[in-house]
Amino acid sequence: MQALTPAAAAIELRGIEKSFGSVHAVRGVSLRIETGTITGIVGENGAGKSTLMSILYGLYRADAGEIWIDGHRVEMANPRDAIAHGIGMVHQHFMLIDTFTVLENMVLGAEGGLLLAGGLAAARAELARLARDYGLSIDPDARIADLSVGEQQRVEILKVLFRGARILILDEPSAVLTPQETDRLFRILQTLKERGVTVILITHKLREIMAATDRVYVMRQGRMVAEHRTADTGTEELAELMVGRKVRLELDKVAPRQGEVLLRAEHLSLVDDRGVRLLDDVGIELRAGEIVGIAGVTGNGQSELLQVLAGIRPPSGGRLMVCGQLLDARHPGNPAEMRALGLAHVPEDRLRQGMVAAFEASETSILGYQDGPPFTRNYLIDGPAVGAHCVDLMQRFDVRPPAPSLRSSHFSGGNQQKLVLAREIVRRPKVLLVGQPTRGVDIGAIEFIHRELVKARDAGCAVLVVSVELDEILSLADRILVMFAGRIVGEVAPGRADERTLGLMMAGAGAA
Amino acid sequence: MRLQRRPLPAWAEIALLPLVNIALAFIVVGVIVAIIGVDPFHALRLLVVGVVGSSESIGYTLYYATNFTFTGLAVAVAFHAGLFNIGGEGQAYIGGLGCGLAILALDSYLPAWLLIPIAIAAAALFGAAWAAVPAWLQAWRGSHIVITTIMFNFVASALMVYLMVNVLIAPGSMTPQSRGFAPSGQLPAIPGLPLNLSLVLALACCIAVWVFLWHTPWGYALRTMGHNPEAAVYAGTNLRRMTMLAMCLSGALAGFVGVNELMGVHHRIVLDFPAGYGFAGIAVALMGRNHPFGIALAALLFGALQQGGAELAFEIPSITREMVVVIQGLVILFSGALAHLPRPWLQSLFALRAS
Amino acid sequence: MDEAFSFVFLMLASTLRVATPLVLCAMGGLFSEKGGIVDVGLEGKMLMAAFFAAATAAVTGSAWAGVAAAIVAAEALALLHGLACITYRGNQVVSGVAINILAAGLTVVLGTAWFARGGQTPALEEGQRLMPLFLPGAGDNILVYAALLSVPLTWWIIARTRFGLRLRAVGEMPLAVDAAGLSVAWLRYRAVLLCGLLSGLAGAYLSIGQNAGFSRDMTAGQGFIALAAIIFGKWRALPAFGACLLFGLLDAIAIRLQGVRLPGLGEVPVQLIQALPYLLTMFLLAGFIGRAVAPKAAGVPYEKEH
Repeated sequence: MQALTPAAAAIELRGIEKSFGSVHAVRGVSLRIETGTITGIVGENGAGKSTLMSILYGLYRADAGEIWIDGHRVEMANPRDAIAHGIGMVHQHFMLIDTFTVLENMVLGAEGGLLLAGGLAAARAELARLARDYGLSIDPDARIADLSVGEQQRVEILKVLFRGARILILDEPSAVLTPQETDRLFRILQTLKERGVTVILITHKLREIMAATDRVYVMRQGRMVAEHRTADTGTEELAELMVGRKVRLELDKVAPRQGEVLLRAEHLSLVDDRGVRLLDDVGIELRAGEIVGIAGVTGNGQSELLQVLAGIRPPSGGRLMVCGQLLDARHPGNPAEMRALGLAHVPEDRLRQGMVAAFEASETSILGYQDGPPFTRNYLIDGPAVGAHCVDLMQRFDVRPPAPSLRSSHFSGGNQQKLVLAREIVRRPKVLLVGQPTRGVDIGAIEFIHRELVKARDAGCAVLVVSVELDEILSLADRILVMFAGRIVGEVAPGRADERTLGLMMAGAGAA
Repeated sequence: MRLQRRPLPAWAEIALLPLVNIALAFIVVGVIVAIIGVDPFHALRLLVVGVVGSSESIGYTLYYATNFTFTGLAVAVAFHAGLFNIGGEGQAYIGGLGCGLAILALDSYLPAWLLIPIAIAAAALFGAAWAAVPAWLQAWRGSHIVITTIMFNFVASALMVYLMVNVLIAPGSMTPQSRGFAPSGQLPAIPGLPLNLSLVLALACCIAVWVFLWHTPWGYALRTMGHNPEAAVYAGTNLRRMTMLAMCLSGALAGFVGVNELMGVHHRIVLDFPAGYGFAGIAVALMGRNHPFGIALAALLFGALQQGGAELAFEIPSITREMVVVIQGLVILFSGALAHLPRPWLQSLFALRAS
Repeated sequence: MDEAFSFVFLMLASTLRVATPLVLCAMGGLFSEKGGIVDVGLEGKMLMAAFFAAATAAVTGSAWAGVAAAIVAAEALALLHGLACITYRGNQVVSGVAINILAAGLTVVLGTAWFARGGQTPALEEGQRLMPLFLPGAGDNILVYAALLSVPLTWWIIARTRFGLRLRAVGEMPLAVDAAGLSVAWLRYRAVLLCGLLSGLAGAYLSIGQNAGFSRDMTAGQGFIALAAIIFGKWRALPAFGACLLFGLLDAIAIRLQGVRLPGLGEVPVQLIQALPYLLTMFLLAGFIGRAVAPKAAGVPYEKEH
């Protein structure tokens, strides 16, 4: 006679390991999610939560570990396996076809026959049933392009339920939603839970965890560091767990000598053509001789802010003063003008914006500065001058190998970054904007880059550093601003900044 | 089918792969020749003899190569900016119109040393203008440049027929062509050959394009835009204006075909002188890897093919001059669309050598 | 009254005669474009098909053998295009241009080698051509009716079948199709093959239906006009058909307008009317006649991420 076993968990992961090359994204993660619960998985960028869920959904294969669904061990080779086991995933970027109707998107891949008419009719009936049961109302004949983002997300959820999913994974669902839409979403999730659907919520927003989930798992640097019943914990504890007490890279820094205001942004706003507010009433001041750090999880407006300040993207509203020049929506700046005013910009994505992979290093070393002296005289590019410049950059910033004729893509990430940084810093700019200065850069180069930024500051430059690495901000910045959902939600002096406060602000749960 | 995209060693990418592509094209040509009942190797021998057999044939080769150089450069400049200019035929046609109009208007008033540069400038201007319309549509309205340039080829053809038949036709002439140019409007040529001074212009254009693309800030910005428009924006380039610049330069270069044909050979405005050079320019540019020096060599090869093909057609009645067109099409196919076809074999070859 | 009637009838017949190859090509191209494969090579496929239709009909004496050969020839080029674009992810425009040039040259080379008439095939007699079915004066052979039928058929396949839904999806967002567990490549190959089928019929019509044999470059840009019709019709079957009829009508008018003086404008140049389809297309692409939105993923080779 068999002993009664406890009800099998909907999902159990045991010892999941996953590495991408040298990056150990998931380290020995185990978790157990009960059927009919809403579980949150929370963590910073790069904590490993998205990778973990992608493994569960069959997009990646784990290097080691087991996946158990409803008490059975399963192999997830691809999303079709996951769908077959009743797992559905709502991605951050919707897999919806804009020109199709809701109904057409639902049946794609499961049309139920050669002719559409029958399948569509069946889907319509099923959609009506789902709408009734789960409270997810949507017009089946509406075109996706005409729907709001929140409604589109509902279609994604319906799609997943239509395929018979009993386990729903949502990846940063509120990233594109307004607060009201977010509330609506969580009401829907509650209804799903009441019907026995298991929900997993991946997010970095602590308030939502507290509001919507039953249990929460915290991941940090690939490890599962904590598990709590949501009712037993609070945002502060979660923030601390999320961000952790890290070893701070100590920099020898003298106190900043602040000078005049070189850049001032007032009421900057940026609205995209979907009506999403990417920047919301942002105001910033940069003074000569200081480093201002902007902390925050990716996707909260920092990238857009950099683009607006660098003149790449005109703001929808607000004013900008750069080195004495006033710019606004009627007279927006452009990158060339910004450079002429003394502003330099190290972009967040060096490969896409800051360099041309196919160019030689010497050509990359003059990107943005190719017009006029010293590189162009009499309308011709002065090859020797460019070469000498590149050699100079490589020497000063220890770029290896010091070969100006080597293709830019052949340099390691760290050396690429050093080259781009060198290019911008040696101009002695008045304002220096830097995005993710040490992304994809090895330890030795990180130290070097940080010291160069401090040197620039000491020489009187106004430096703005945007980074998702909190310890980088903590060690570099003289003033720390935190961005969340397109706004500056707080300013902290580094002496009084700690992980808990900052973590709370980054997760939208704290107030300055 | 999953294809690995690991790059081969640099020399293989630049030299070996293109050679393999062309070799494949020629193998297919050999098969076609065999199908129509001719010994491919015999044909090859005749082809080679037809090219180098006499000084006359070399002269013809160079004359053909001149046109291929112009259109090859035109396509390449646009390619470097990330644009596909298929309008070379139309731009050559209208460029020729400009050149011809300048000469018809001024050849009784100006001496050659003044008239020739003016006519050349007119060719460039008109060719550029014909390319400017599709360019504007792409830059400001987002219309796909491939389709607009193809359309404009046909419009150019219709326009030229209309002008030739109704406006420019020489009085009393039976065929639609203009009156002959006065001697001041004729390019010096080698007696008995169509080879003329425009060869020098072609070489000058090669050098000029090389200097422009790799040694001027505008060429730098143009290439940046072609590789990575976001980086070009970052670097302060106005993408719209750069699109216009690139296409206008391209059109101007194509327009120089008119200089060769009208000022150098026919000495009057005639119909149909672009004769497929515009499309062949695509093949030349692809084979020459979009580099002026490679293009010069490729143009020479295509000129040789054209000349050899003519001789071959003369010798073997069942092979026509259109065989050259077939070769051009196959080169475009294998160097352009199927360029990555030999990759798996080359990669396993290199893997074998490495182990 | 009788005269007016016969005038209208003649114009209609003339329009249809010109429009038939355009319609067939346009419907074929529509399948390809909807699936995300840009096809500039309609011209080349039609030309190759026309040649093989006439050549086969002349040699075998059977018009139907000619039609079959035309389809095979066009499908061969279509497969080549598919291979280059789908499997080898090459540049779709380059492939189309290559196919056009290849066809232009190869048809004359083979024609001269086999028939020694400077590229023409021997003139076909009645039994070797497609003959009119009901109205002897109007040239309504079976392919004309096939063209007329192809329009609702194309519409129906794209709008009402499972294949059509998936085809439209793969032209908009292949990633979504892939994520739904379907094969992007297989869908696209089927689209390309359908295109070949219809272009083959168009070519056969030209050489053994409309005319009595193949002559060099006989397509004269009609493949591009078909492409223009697709764009003009905003990638929808019925409007594209309308565009083809419009272009056919323009051609019929052009012939009648030769020498006619319009009040206030003088003589309308026939070349202007010939150029009208192309000018209209450019106008449309410039957004002046409403926006023409191509399938979003058209022209972009699909690469699987992981």
